[in-house]
Amino acid sequence: MSIITIERKILEKNDAVAEFNRKNFKEKKIFAINLLSSPGSGKTSILEKIIELLKDKVNIGVIEGDIQTKIDAERIEKYGIPVAQIITNGACHLDAILIRDAFSTLSDKQISLLFIENVGNLVCPATFDLGENIKIVIVSTTEGDDKPLKYPAAFQKANAMIINKVDLIPYLNSSIEILKNNALKINPNLKIFETSCTKNIGIDKLCEWLLDNINKL
Amino acid sequence: MHELSIAQEIINISAQYLPPNKNISVKAVKLKIGKMSNVFVDSLNFCFELLSENTPLKNAMLKIQIVPVVVKCNDCLMENEITDDLIYCPNCNSLNVEIKCGNELDIEELEIEEL
Repeated sequence: MSIITIERKILEKNDAVAEFNRKNFKEKKIFAINLLSSPGSGKTSILEKIIELLKDKVNIGVIEGDIQTKIDAERIEKYGIPVAQIITNGACHLDAILIRDAFSTLSDKQISLLFIENVGNLVCPATFDLGENIKIVIVSTTEGDDKPLKYPAAFQKANAMIINKVDLIPYLNSSIEILKNNALKINPNLKIFETSCTKNIGIDKLCEWLLDNINKL
Repeated sequence: MHELSIAQEIINISAQYLPPNKNISVKAVKLKIGKMSNVFVDSLNFCFELLSENTPLKNAMLKIQIVPVVVKCNDCLMENEITDDLIYCPNCNSLNVEIKCGNELDIEELEIEEL
């Protein structure tokens, strides 16, 4: 029996490409955001609302990740925004290599704010660095206020959390205060926003914060 | 099921270290996995067994050292292990803490045998 020493990171290939993406975004002065959430929490709806408010102020680009269909890319295209759709055919998360290749199809476009909409899944996407500047986790009120405790990784790695569908609170046994407290127990540094896309609540505050972040680049 | 991608990377990295032109059997792969690294070990073992089938790592065992989550408190300056997934200082309850370890996802060494 003999021992071969390795001592390397298992995901170093992903991390190396994520670093390449990060440098690439930095050179092109792009602020990149990785959006994580369960299916149906409102990632694409929030994106549409952000695009409506910011498209005259900043050049937005979007990479959509889905297991199947181009439905999300078609929704974004209607706004005249450059978009690349990644169809993973079953894979549960995006990795840095997929982002490098998808972004190469957008490289001739003027982009200063890039949204990467990850596959709807609160577990696997948290493990893979894509080269983004920040991660935002979205949780909707209908999912229940215990989600940060049940799926801690996504909340621990995120810089900000958006609580979506706040207008539905009167109909639910779920509390925004408990949800916030649970999230802050997992990540005390989370910046928190409350939104509703159907009632147009909180999108303006979110957009102000996004603009601040871009201006700091 | 991101454990599938992780298992594939373990096989890819290990393969780079096996001496060429020798008939070798890999007995074990030693890993360090942080408690907060979002990996389900049973699932990783299952994926590794499937993916290693036609590789020199067939029948190799994953020897996994689980790394606890340790935080350093910026208020009371104590370093403590936390056991309940919540990020806080167990000594003074402050939330102003730095995570020292628990996110590891490392491949440490291979145990091999020449046939």
